[in-house]
Amino acid sequence: MILLRLALRSLVARSLTVGLTIFAVALSVTLFLGVEKVRTGAKASFGDTISDTDLIVGARSGSVQLLLYSVFRIGNATNNVSWESYQEIAARPEVDWIVPISLGDSHRQFRVMGTTAEYFERYKYRGGRDLEFAEGRAFDDLFDAVIGADVAAALGYGVDDPLVVAHGLASFANHDNQPFRVAGILAKTGTPVDRTVIVSLEAIEAIHVDWQGGAQVPGQVTTPDEIRAMQLTPGAITAAMIGVKSRLQIFALQRSINTYPDEPLLAVLPGVALQELWGIVGIAETALVAVSGMVVATALLGMAAMIFSGLNERRREMAILRAVGARPRTVMGLLMLEAVLMAAIAALLGIALLYAGLWLMRPYVDAEFGLYLPIEGLSLREVLVVIAVICAAAVTSLFPAVRAYRLSLSDGMTVRN
Amino acid sequence: MTDTTAEHALTLDHVAFQWGGQGAFGLNVADFGIRRGERVLLLGESGSGKSTLLSLICGINAPQRGTIRIDGTEMTQMRPTVRDRFRAEKIGIVFQQFNLLPYASPMDNILLPLRFAPQRRARVSDATGAAFALTDALGLSRSAMASVTADRLSVGQQQRVAVARALIGAPSLIIADEPTSALDAGSQASFLDLLFAQCTSAGSTLLMVSHDERLAPRFDRSVRMEDIATLTREVAA
Repeated sequence: MILLRLALRSLVARSLTVGLTIFAVALSVTLFLGVEKVRTGAKASFGDTISDTDLIVGARSGSVQLLLYSVFRIGNATNNVSWESYQEIAARPEVDWIVPISLGDSHRQFRVMGTTAEYFERYKYRGGRDLEFAEGRAFDDLFDAVIGADVAAALGYGVDDPLVVAHGLASFANHDNQPFRVAGILAKTGTPVDRTVIVSLEAIEAIHVDWQGGAQVPGQVTTPDEIRAMQLTPGAITAAMIGVKSRLQIFALQRSINTYPDEPLLAVLPGVALQELWGIVGIAETALVAVSGMVVATALLGMAAMIFSGLNERRREMAILRAVGARPRTVMGLLMLEAVLMAAIAALLGIALLYAGLWLMRPYVDAEFGLYLPIEGLSLREVLVVIAVICAAAVTSLFPAVRAYRLSLSDGMTVRN
Repeated sequence: MTDTTAEHALTLDHVAFQWGGQGAFGLNVADFGIRRGERVLLLGESGSGKSTLLSLICGINAPQRGTIRIDGTEMTQMRPTVRDRFRAEKIGIVFQQFNLLPYASPMDNILLPLRFAPQRRARVSDATGAAFALTDALGLSRSAMASVTADRLSVGQQQRVAVARALIGAPSLIIADEPTSALDAGSQASFLDLLFAQCTSAGSTLLMVSHDERLAPRFDRSVRMEDIATLTREVAA
């Protein structure tokens, strides 16, 4: 007990250097744990984005690309799926439900997605959770739109507010003639749905009535009422989500879609595509973990250097300890105890900084990157990391401690200042 | 003298010690002893081998030949860790100055040797009480004892704390290495009075090292370093 107290007192007596060292180690621990949190948070957030969908169908490209644009609204489809093919797939006996998705337009910085009302029932996230309406309800008019929570928050929209869709994703050409009305606002999900404006598939067709080849036909203006009277069958969609009747049929259906004779199509299992994505992201992940591990190592080396530089001034102290009967091993142990105490305090401070940082940064990260970082306790892995840091501190302090051992053997009780 | 070792707190018998390294010197002590309860002044100038002799007596270093006994127990053959424990049990040490761990409280400084000496610890039922009894007797105020760290005390106060640390648990031998040299003449006398009184009440033997011959009359016996020890200096090859 008295040795622990002495070690603590000794640290307090050198509070400035010790404090800076602890702060450096604490920051490195925060960085390491922060990287872990963001990494696992991103993975969980991605993994939670879609569930209960068996297959995603799109034009033939890469499975990761299909997953990214259809579910995460990242990147663009290179090609569309014709309405005929969609109809044919929908009619297959294995298909329990199918929800089309049509992308390509935007509203302000948010993407517009055309789909059917069934989307609100079929789309599930985070292990089977349903979309819920915070306000209003699903669209029933052609020019109704449902917006995600982030869209509503960022643009300050309420139910019944008007909304004009822009053609393309970064375009100055607006579909001014066909203004939409906000029919419903979805509750926050932590998925890309929050940043999506959802309209009916027909509405996507409707706003393009006067457009041909990507440009508005000059002078041609069709009024909303005229459009309502038109037959608005889409020519093509971007992708479709499919649920099968029996899970056993997934692979057979996937194979038949992938070998569809009339059009090059691709069907992917979302989970498998996600795994493929992790394979790509894994390299960057490893690099991040390695870099933050280096930072921890650097901070610990700094601590060892600090202990080293203090040794000479503390030879007097070691001589006193030896004189009262401490073994060289005890002197060595005291130094290691100091290092472990510093590392433990640093680890606690680092964890506190981590949670303070998470709490402060969460709204920003969520809004900016669509990454919802849950504030949870440390995972087993993270606890192990913290323990490893403390153990590493003990090991690093071995170097100055062995030096102290040698010094106290050679100095004995000789007075040195 | 070997037949009377039981009466002796300390005996050195044909001790020969050689420091390692080039140009290092050696120390030989043929025969030196201190009886129990005796107060002995060891006079020697710096460079006379005092420090080496003290480190041998304290068991920090072991001689290559000869025997050193404390309380009749031969300690030159002990393993280093056993010797460390033995030192903690048998010997209290007061240095010239800078005796204390500066960051620790005076009380922790006094109690520190007990951590390494279970027998001394067992001799005091209430360690804190025993420490206060010593510091009271040494004229250290309780307010000085309440100081958070020992480095806030004056040099004189620090030396008294060091004496209390040496004496707690009544070790058989007190070794004081020029303990008064950092004090002014007036405090020197009163410091010695207190040191003697506490050694007597603890029943401890005192070996004090100094270069100041004027102190000699106050001791039972004074010994010159050159009378008991011969130095050998190795000629560099």
